[in-house]
Amino acid sequence: MTGLQRTPLHEAHIALGARMVPFAGFDMPVQYDSIKEEHAAVRQTAGLFDVSHMGQIHFAGPEAVATVERLLTCHVASLRVGRVRYGLLCNEEGGVVDDVTVYRTGEDSLFLCVNAANVEKDYRWCVRHASEAAGVRNRSAETALLALQGPDSATILAKLGAVALDEMRRFRFADAELAGGKVVLSRTGYTGSDGFEIYAPAGAAMGLWQALTDAGARPCGLGARDTLRLEAALPLYGHELDDSTSPIEARLDRFVKFEAGGFIGAEAVRRCAKAGPKRLLAGFEMVGRGIARAGYPIAKEGETVGAVTSGGPSPTLGKSIGLGYVPPALAEPGQGFDIVVRGKPVAARVIETPFVH
Amino acid sequence: MGDYDIRNDLRYSAEDEWVRSETKGVTIGISDYAQQQLGDVVFVELPEVGRLLEKGEPLGVIESVKTVADLYAPVSGEVLEVNPALAETPEAVNDDCYGEGWMLVLSVADPSEVEGLLDRAGYLQHIKDREDQGT
Repeated sequence: MTGLQRTPLHEAHIALGARMVPFAGFDMPVQYDSIKEEHAAVRQTAGLFDVSHMGQIHFAGPEAVATVERLLTCHVASLRVGRVRYGLLCNEEGGVVDDVTVYRTGEDSLFLCVNAANVEKDYRWCVRHASEAAGVRNRSAETALLALQGPDSATILAKLGAVALDEMRRFRFADAELAGGKVVLSRTGYTGSDGFEIYAPAGAAMGLWQALTDAGARPCGLGARDTLRLEAALPLYGHELDDSTSPIEARLDRFVKFEAGGFIGAEAVRRCAKAGPKRLLAGFEMVGRGIARAGYPIAKEGETVGAVTSGGPSPTLGKSIGLGYVPPALAEPGQGFDIVVRGKPVAARVIETPFVH
Repeated sequence: MGDYDIRNDLRYSAEDEWVRSETKGVTIGISDYAQQQLGDVVFVELPEVGRLLEKGEPLGVIESVKTVADLYAPVSGEVLEVNPALAETPEAVNDDCYGEGWMLVLSVADPSEVEGLLDRAGYLQHIKDREDQGT
């Protein structure tokens, strides 16, 4: 396992006996004990994820806000200090460079939290589209990120001295003191459950991890992170999104500013929306016996019409679910098609997403 | 090396199946090492009764939350029985891999194939070799 990067929490994962896998160039824990149990902890109590492999690209300066406004599909100038928004970086062709969250840290400063696999690509993209006055900096290596997710998250943070958590509504963030150190606490996550993301200096990560697990958070790996986000129907870059997928096809219209302001790729995205996409992302459940997996063909009456982008068992629902691209006529709830599992068609039905509320 | 329950009274294939000799043939399942590697088993696909299998032939599929793994025939023979309970309770493979989690019974075409499988010491060495290689 040479050449893999390690997060500041690598030693903690090894000490816990985690199964480690390469992910986006990092040696990451996929599970500690049981994906099902880790998944259940997040839905019922609280789970703790090391997501320090994710990247943070900071902007500071007189051009920072205008630059990010042009880079992102979502509104940025209207974002108030202390608030977070989800948005997309698009290329000129209207494909998705990355999906990110944008944090307004000050009048003239923001940062993007980006996918681990895309840090270098995003950073180059941002630098290419920014002037000196936007002050772009990649601070991924010096930043640790822990995600505390689940209904007990606020109680656990309160035990460690965090205050005013009731006032921190979803998609808000603030500087905070936690376990004796300074962090940025953000009421966000990637699981479909309530929770917080905690940004801290890399050197503080081990102490925070220890304090949070001592306070009752269960260590959770990337395996549970994936089953949780799939139940919430949250897209995963490289699966539902990539450089040639339009936000319209991925049904992310509500994160695109159609009316005002330009963003890179806006014309192509608008063209796709106006003409109508050729395919749409659909959420489905398996009707027949079988589990859909990423890459399996989707067929209608024997003809391949699409492909599964993510699929697997839903521990919460006790059934198999998935996401995939299909022609628009097949993308609405109630429609049926087959998932081709090892050469055999297995019936599936389109249902409302998120699968789990 | 991890902590695995590898039993003396069984034979093992390099693909992590265990084989127990019985009067009617051999009962087959996957080892404790294999179930630990897979994690939570959620789906098991087994062959039809009556199917003839060649040693090494894929005979079914076992899926955990994140992984899809093939099962291989550790010896040649005819499928006499499959465990019907695994359709509803695939987690038996995790909970009791040498008991309730059994997968199928094969008639044995060539008893020397059973003799040629790994014993406990040989299988433990095989696990260790793979762990040392980091696979």
